[in-house]
Amino acid sequence: MDLGQLFTNVLSEMTGPTAIAYALAAIGLNIHFGLTGLINMGQAGFMLLGAYGFAITTIEGGPIWLAFLVAVVAAVVFALLLGLPTLKLRGDYLAIVTIAAAEIVRMIGRSTALTEITGGSEGLTGNSFKHTFQDASPFPDDRWTLGPITLATNSSNSWWLRIVGWTLVALACLLVWRLMRSPWGRVLKGIREDEDAVRALGKNVYSYKLQALVLGGVFGALGGIVFVLASSVQADSLGRPVTFNTWTILLLGGAATVLGPVLGSLLFWGALIFVRGLLRGLVPDGALTVQQIEQVGWVLVGITLMLLIVFRPQGILGDKKELAINAR
Amino acid sequence: MRPVDTVARPLRPPRTLVALLAAALAVLATLVITAAPAGAAADPCSPDDTTACLNITVTEPGSGPVEGVELTVAGQGQEVAATTGENGRASVPLTAAGDYTVTVDEASLPSGKVLLHPEANPVTLPVALGRSAGRIVQVGDPSDAQPGGSGGASATPGATSAPGATAQPTDEAGTGTEASAGPGTNRYAQLVLAGTVFGLLLALASLGANLIYGTTGLSNFAHGELVTLGGMTAFMAVQWWNLPLWLAIVVATAAGAVAGWLLNRFIFAPLRRRGVGVTQQMIVTIGLALALLSAFLFFYGAQPVPIVSGISTRMQIGPVQISGQSLVSVGIAVVVLAAVAFTLSRTRLGRATRAVSDNPALAAATGIKVESIISRVWIVSAALASLGGVLLALYLNTTRFNFGSTLLLLMFAAITLGGLGSPAGAVLGALVIGLVVELSTLFLPNDMRYASALVILILVLLVRPQGILGRAERIG
Repeated sequence: MDLGQLFTNVLSEMTGPTAIAYALAAIGLNIHFGLTGLINMGQAGFMLLGAYGFAITTIEGGPIWLAFLVAVVAAVVFALLLGLPTLKLRGDYLAIVTIAAAEIVRMIGRSTALTEITGGSEGLTGNSFKHTFQDASPFPDDRWTLGPITLATNSSNSWWLRIVGWTLVALACLLVWRLMRSPWGRVLKGIREDEDAVRALGKNVYSYKLQALVLGGVFGALGGIVFVLASSVQADSLGRPVTFNTWTILLLGGAATVLGPVLGSLLFWGALIFVRGLLRGLVPDGALTVQQIEQVGWVLVGITLMLLIVFRPQGILGDKKELAINAR
Repeated sequence: MRPVDTVARPLRPPRTLVALLAAALAVLATLVITAAPAGAAADPCSPDDTTACLNITVTEPGSGPVEGVELTVAGQGQEVAATTGENGRASVPLTAAGDYTVTVDEASLPSGKVLLHPEANPVTLPVALGRSAGRIVQVGDPSDAQPGGSGGASATPGATSAPGATAQPTDEAGTGTEASAGPGTNRYAQLVLAGTVFGLLLALASLGANLIYGTTGLSNFAHGELVTLGGMTAFMAVQWWNLPLWLAIVVATAAGAVAGWLLNRFIFAPLRRRGVGVTQQMIVTIGLALALLSAFLFFYGAQPVPIVSGISTRMQIGPVQISGQSLVSVGIAVVVLAAVAFTLSRTRLGRATRAVSDNPALAAATGIKVESIISRVWIVSAALASLGGVLLALYLNTTRFNFGSTLLLLMFAAITLGGLGSPAGAVLGALVIGLVVELSTLFLPNDMRYASALVILILVLLVRPQGILGRAERIG
């Protein structure tokens, strides 16, 4: 087993677009769950809508700013559609409705009826929508090496995408940090702790919850854009498991903290690639197929999620006193 | 003194459940008895005891069926040539079961068009007597061919996410055996029948989730995996251990019961003892679902695994056709649902269950062993899910690693629609969902039929959030 190669792979994945996309999605989920206590089980739906919004706008000839705008607007509309009917109900209704809505988005996206727009279950190939983003890059087309990682400057999984992605993550963290210390953020935390008390203070709880859902959903959409800029838009690659992974990441890093989602994403992808690489090296050839090794990784993710929520619900960075999960 | 009787009924009066079952049966009966067959469809081939049909449809995504494509079907000592008709379809009647190779003559495609999946031509398909096998061949412009190359992405190791992504992009839902209308059937009646059958089986599978919700307040996201467990156990029993189907159903139900006991004994009972809250427990079930789904994929692969490969003859009754297998499945479902209703309403155990559901503390104070009741509810719920899984797998013709998790949302839709914590509501909700799923194919493409049920769920929550039979105080 080549340990050097393994660590290069781990490092590359930890800093790669998948980790960035999940970090953004988890920051969004943190606004939902960590700050406000909303149980959104459909974050993948926001990501998928963002991805479709961006890709389809670009394919139709829109400039890159319009593509981003459409993705964001799609997420806002989706959040309003979900939030307006359910945010007055008890928490698990929101969970069921969001997971159902995310599945609806995925099913419609992969349906043969919309093949011309969404590409059906085959999806939209990366080359059809990546050019505006790559053209916006200030770098020449080249391959650069930094430490052990060598990547193209502009195309697909590139330095350009990583720079933009991590900048987005940094800006998102900054925003969350400011929001958590603002009066607005304190109201959200109040809703998480005791909704009735906040209502008694004369705040419009429903409206605050809706704002939180919208804001977190927008981060989900941005994550979706980063996710597909590295590969292609395919409805099934942003299905329910993506939401569950995002939850694992948030709970691993620590909900209701600024940097928890980012740390969670780094550790999640680093550990997953490490375990897979290790298994590939250790398991004798032919005993397990590559796909089976991948599944072992996902089984471990599921078990990690179960253990985390029971034994350390505050995650690595969180404060157990602050996060009372069972408000409702 | 019978303290249990004084407790208000937390689960809806099971009489409603019986009435619902009767209503569902009545619908079935009406369909079966009424009216003469409608005009036969102009399909040149209909499957019966000695004939199988192989339907090849040639279509161009975005523009529709392609006429006049020549193809040959070869196998079992036969070779048949066929040409697609106006609807893009060529139906080839076959009289021997086995594997057939279908070759599309690329020269006969319209000029400028090529096969979108040239690697799948020729293709070998299994054919069973008394059934229709189908294959859709897609054609298009040369520039659209060879899909799947994801835009020159420099492949990151392991960047492929999510277990679902490794599955093939086929219609993940599968198609109900009763939904396809053969010749001599009325399409509407057939779809209502299919919806009722599907709804009853879904009710069986989802009832357990509702019982668990009723007694412990937990939304069990791993319920879909219990359904898969039933299907997979039955598959192993029939295909690996060569047991008869009825025994396989018993084994699968028992496996579900054991799984339910284990889950409660080793995961959820300790969690309740620790005082872990319901929301945390719900996230535990999500982790459990993810782990089990991946484990199923690990052991069985992504391929569909049909429980039975044998013949299921369809009977023509009035304007509809139904297979004997489905009739038996519906029979089992109705009997089991009635037994559950009887247990809940008439036995000490049922009364105790309803008492726990209403107020665990009060129930404990009146001498009911709450933990023991919850343990039994878990056993019964998981057994019901497994049994439902087998019957649904038979109805959908196949089972697969993600079969239950695909149905999970329909089950949630059913119990939310009917009213969380109300068993009669679960049955009613499941019937509504079953009918919506099948009837939506009249207006929507087949692969959107599950989505339509979820849309109905969201719409109902808008106007009546507590569900059809739910109680308003549960929602706030």
